[in-house]
Amino acid sequence: MSVLVYINSNGGKLMKSALEAVTYGKMIGDVTVVTNGSTGDDILSSLGAYGAQKVLVDRSFDGTDAQQLTRLVGSAAEATGATSIVFSNDLVGKAVAPRLSVRLSAGLVSGATGAPDADGKIKVNVFSGKAFGHVKVNTTKRIISLLPNSFQPQEVGGSASIEEFDGNAGAAGLVVKATKKPEGGVPLPEAELVVSAGRGLKGPENWGMVEDLANELGAATACSRPVADIGWRPHHEHVGQTGVAIRPNLYIAAGISGAIQHLAGVNGSKVIVVINTDAEAPFFKAADYGIVGDAFEVLPRLTEAVKKFKAAN
Amino acid sequence: MKILVCISKAPDTTSKIAFTDGNTKFSEDGVQYIVNPYDEWYALVRGLELKESVGGSVTIVTVGTAEDEPTIRKALAIGADEAVRIDAEAKDAFQVATEIANYAKGQGFDLILTGKETINYNGSQVAGMIAEHLDLPLVSLASKLDVNGATATCDKEIVGGLEIVEVQLPAVISCAKGMAEQRIPNMRGIMAARTKPLNVVAASASVLNTEFVAYDLPAPKSAVKLIDPENMDALVELLHNEAKVI
Repeated sequence: MSVLVYINSNGGKLMKSALEAVTYGKMIGDVTVVTNGSTGDDILSSLGAYGAQKVLVDRSFDGTDAQQLTRLVGSAAEATGATSIVFSNDLVGKAVAPRLSVRLSAGLVSGATGAPDADGKIKVNVFSGKAFGHVKVNTTKRIISLLPNSFQPQEVGGSASIEEFDGNAGAAGLVVKATKKPEGGVPLPEAELVVSAGRGLKGPENWGMVEDLANELGAATACSRPVADIGWRPHHEHVGQTGVAIRPNLYIAAGISGAIQHLAGVNGSKVIVVINTDAEAPFFKAADYGIVGDAFEVLPRLTEAVKKFKAAN
Repeated sequence: MKILVCISKAPDTTSKIAFTDGNTKFSEDGVQYIVNPYDEWYALVRGLELKESVGGSVTIVTVGTAEDEPTIRKALAIGADEAVRIDAEAKDAFQVATEIANYAKGQGFDLILTGKETINYNGSQVAGMIAEHLDLPLVSLASKLDVNGATATCDKEIVGGLEIVEVQLPAVISCAKGMAEQRIPNMRGIMAARTKPLNVVAASASVLNTEFVAYDLPAPKSAVKLIDPENMDALVELLHNEAKVI
C-alpha cells in the first residue's frame, strides 16, 4: 500500500512528530514523504532510517500556509497514487488535513492513537482524553492525523532518495506579519517531560524552583489555567481543556488541585506525579505517584535528588 | 459585516462519560448538553463584539435535530440575531462541514467563525473543511481577531509561540482561548431569544466519510503511590526503575 506522509519543514530541523508520522506510515505501507522549504538533503535523506523510501520536496515556498500545503500534498497524493495520507495532528496538521480531506474526498481520522486494525478501524482519542473511539473510514482514500507523542519513532535503517517536486502550491492564503517564539526551551507539545505548577506557588516570583527542576530534567514548563489567566505565566504554557493538551511520558504537577478541565489536558500523560499540601486534592486520584507536602520544600528537594541521580548514572 | 458562527452541542464538561448498546453509542443518561465552549465563549462572543463595534449581523448555524433547539436558544440569548438549524443528526465532521458550506454558499458572509474543536470529538476538522468547500482562507486556532475594512488580523497559535497573520475577507476562522471572554446571558437576552427567528432548513443529504463504530474507556488508574515528602531520592528511583520515564 502506498502511503504519503507530510512533514513540517520547521526551519530545517526534523521535529519528533515528523519521525512519529514516518514510523506510523511504515506500519501501514511503503512510505513517500512530502515536504516543502529549505531543509537540507542530508537531513531529509535521514528519514530513510525511519522507513521512508522517497522524499518529495517542493523548494519553491517556505512556511506552513494551509492552502499552499493542501495543494502540495494533494498533488503529491495524485503523483504517488497514495491511498493513505498521514499527518501529525499538530497545529499545521489541524489546518491542512481537513482541507485535504475535502479536496481528495478522503475520510479524515484525527487524533489517531493506534494503527488501523484488520478491518481498517482506527483508534482515536475522544471526550478530551476521557475515552477512545474506533473510526471506520468509508472512502477509498483516507487521511490519518496522529496524536503527538502516541508512537515512538523507530529506526529501521536505510536512506531515502530525494526528488524535487513541483506541487503547484499557488499563492498563500495568509500573510505572516510577525512571529513570536520565545527562544530556547522545549516546545510544550513535543516535550517528553513536563513540570507544571498552579496557584499553589503563590506568585510568579516563585517559578524559579519550577524552572530549576525542569532544567535539571530537560523538561518543558507548563501551568494551570488560573495562573495563565492572572498573567503569572504566558498563555502558551497553559495546559488543560481550553489550553494545550499534552501527552508527555512524565507530568509533574505542583500546587495544582486537578480540576476536571485541567485533567482533560494531561490525562494522556504516561506517568503523573502530583505534589500538593492538600491530601484531598482531586488530582491525587489521577496520579501515579503522590507527595502530600509543600511544593516550596518538595520541588528543590526533588531537583537535588535528580541532580544526584544524574551524577550517579 | 455579516458574520456566521457555527455552533455545536457538547456534553457539559463535568458529564460522566459512558457508552451503551455494546459500547457503540454515547450514553446520554443524565447528560446535560451545552453549547460547545469554544463555539460559545470565543467564536460567538467575538462575533458579537465585532458586530457591536462595526455593525452588521450575527447568524448562528448548527446541524442538529429539534432536540438541539434549547442549546440554540441559549446562543440566541447571548446575543446572536438569528439562528439556522440544518435538520439532520450530526454524525461526522465532513457531513457537518458540507451542510454548513452548502448553506453559507452565496449568502455573502464576511466571516465564518467556529470554535477550535468540540470538547467531545476533539476533531478540529469542521473549519478547515468549510474553508476548502468554499475556497476561502482559514486562520486555524486564532487567539485574537481584529477586522479593519476587508482585512482581518489574527494571532494564530504555532508550536511554542504565535504568528500574527493578515487575511482578506471573506475568511473562515477557528477560535481558541484568548479571543474573548465568556458572556453570561441576562434575563432580557433570555426573553428576547424566545422570539428571535430560528429557521429550519432541510439537509442536503451529504454522505458520511467516517463513522464511529465503537468506543471504550481507558483502563482504571491504579491507586496513587504516596511518597514521603522528605525522601525525593525514592521518587527519582521509582521514576527511573519502575515507571522508566527518566
